[in-house]
Amino acid sequence: MGQAKVVIVGGGVGGTFVANLLAKQNDRLAVTVVDATGVHHYQPGLLYVPFGWERPERLRHDERRLLHPAVRLLSVPVERIDVSGRRLRLAKGEALPYDFLVIATGSCPVPEEIPGLAEGSHHFYTEPSAVRLREALHRFEGGRLIVGIAGFPYKCPPAPLEFTLLLDDWLRQRGLRKRTELVFVTPLPQVFSIPSVAPLFEELFADKGIKVETFFNTERVDPERRRLVSLEGTELDYDLLVLIPPHQGSPLISASDLGDKGGWVPTEKFTLQVKGQERLFALGDATDLPVSKSGAAAHFQAPILAQNLLRLIAGQEPDARYDGSVMCLVETGNGKATLLRFNYEQPPKPPRPSLWFHWQKMLLNRFYPALVPKGIALGEFLALLQGKFARTEPFCGSAMMEQWVQKVASLRG
Amino acid sequence: MVTTLQADKIVDARGAQCPGPLVELIRAMKEVPVGAVVEVWTQEPRTKEDAKAWCERAGHEFLGAFAADGYERVLVRKKR
Repeated sequence: MGQAKVVIVGGGVGGTFVANLLAKQNDRLAVTVVDATGVHHYQPGLLYVPFGWERPERLRHDERRLLHPAVRLLSVPVERIDVSGRRLRLAKGEALPYDFLVIATGSCPVPEEIPGLAEGSHHFYTEPSAVRLREALHRFEGGRLIVGIAGFPYKCPPAPLEFTLLLDDWLRQRGLRKRTELVFVTPLPQVFSIPSVAPLFEELFADKGIKVETFFNTERVDPERRRLVSLEGTELDYDLLVLIPPHQGSPLISASDLGDKGGWVPTEKFTLQVKGQERLFALGDATDLPVSKSGAAAHFQAPILAQNLLRLIAGQEPDARYDGSVMCLVETGNGKATLLRFNYEQPPKPPRPSLWFHWQKMLLNRFYPALVPKGIALGEFLALLQGKFARTEPFCGSAMMEQWVQKVASLRG
Repeated sequence: MVTTLQADKIVDARGAQCPGPLVELIRAMKEVPVGAVVEVWTQEPRTKEDAKAWCERAGHEFLGAFAADGYERVLVRKKR
């Protein structure tokens, strides 16, 4: 039997990591990544751009340099996934056949879903928007600054909280905090979607004098009057507004009739196969999995997906199971961070914020471009830090983490 | 306990974790006219309390939560 043709759509965290894990099996597989731009954005770094603490150009990476040399890269937009014909329809009418397909097309913010949001509000989820916010923040001289969540789902759920706490630091550094009323708005009854995490952030917000408006579902933004209006009937005037828009799946998924109404790919929660499609797999933000949309989740999914794909090619049952693992280092301000580590069964129990977690996040951000080409994942890197240097016991699931690290190592060969 | 109330819109959020069912309920409430009843099916025990608190805040009527086969039916009437 010749090499199986594996095509991966999307060169973000999930697609790149799966490709590099599969590349080690290159005598059995021909692996191709198709990415519209060939530019890999390290999105977690966008959090720091509005404050001038990170330069956007440092977050852009040539996808080719992140991929294992055995992986072929096509930098071309995909127009449609033709499942029955087992091929991708590319721009200019070309076709790319596959034996197995991995969907890693991510998610996109859609400010247009809420009237006035695109015109009246900022966010930091794309490079241009983060740069625009940086400019607006550096012009800001005080007043009411509202930060929050405009709708669900959105990627990297803790990011708006992190941004608010870092913003508090930044305003204090610039001598603007006393002249600023900082308000956090959320559609939920508490500041964070996971009940076990919310109290920590509510305490941090209270300590820093950050006001919280819960049950605030943004109905519309009036950019001319600088007014935010909620479905619940509350109106808030603002001087600067930073609301994270709701997200949708990639337009490619809807164009290929592969998604639900939000454009998310229905995905088996354990095997990561696309439901009803044996030769299709999906990971990361593109899926409808009941976990956070984040690069961290994609990191944990990638080795499971790779293992199941290899088993399927070998004529075996795809029986590796993704347990819902996600791990996020979350900035809490004052140079500290906490850690959210959870899975389908175990909710996170965030430890007290510490300088050490913040430095882990800094190390990860710095070393990411060097780790990915070697197929070394976030979890593996952090497990190393936790195991070797941490003064505290690793939180839940350390035995599971150990097994996971071994799994990645065996795939790397 | 059962209810004879007829919903104008039913949202099946079984299997969704918090805040999924509440988010789905609020989304459905945006789409129905004043006076309509929305029913959300949930397996999240928190949905009932969250929906009740949201109704108080948003000025809608919380009609109750009723046990079904492995899930709860939470009913809300749009009042404004």
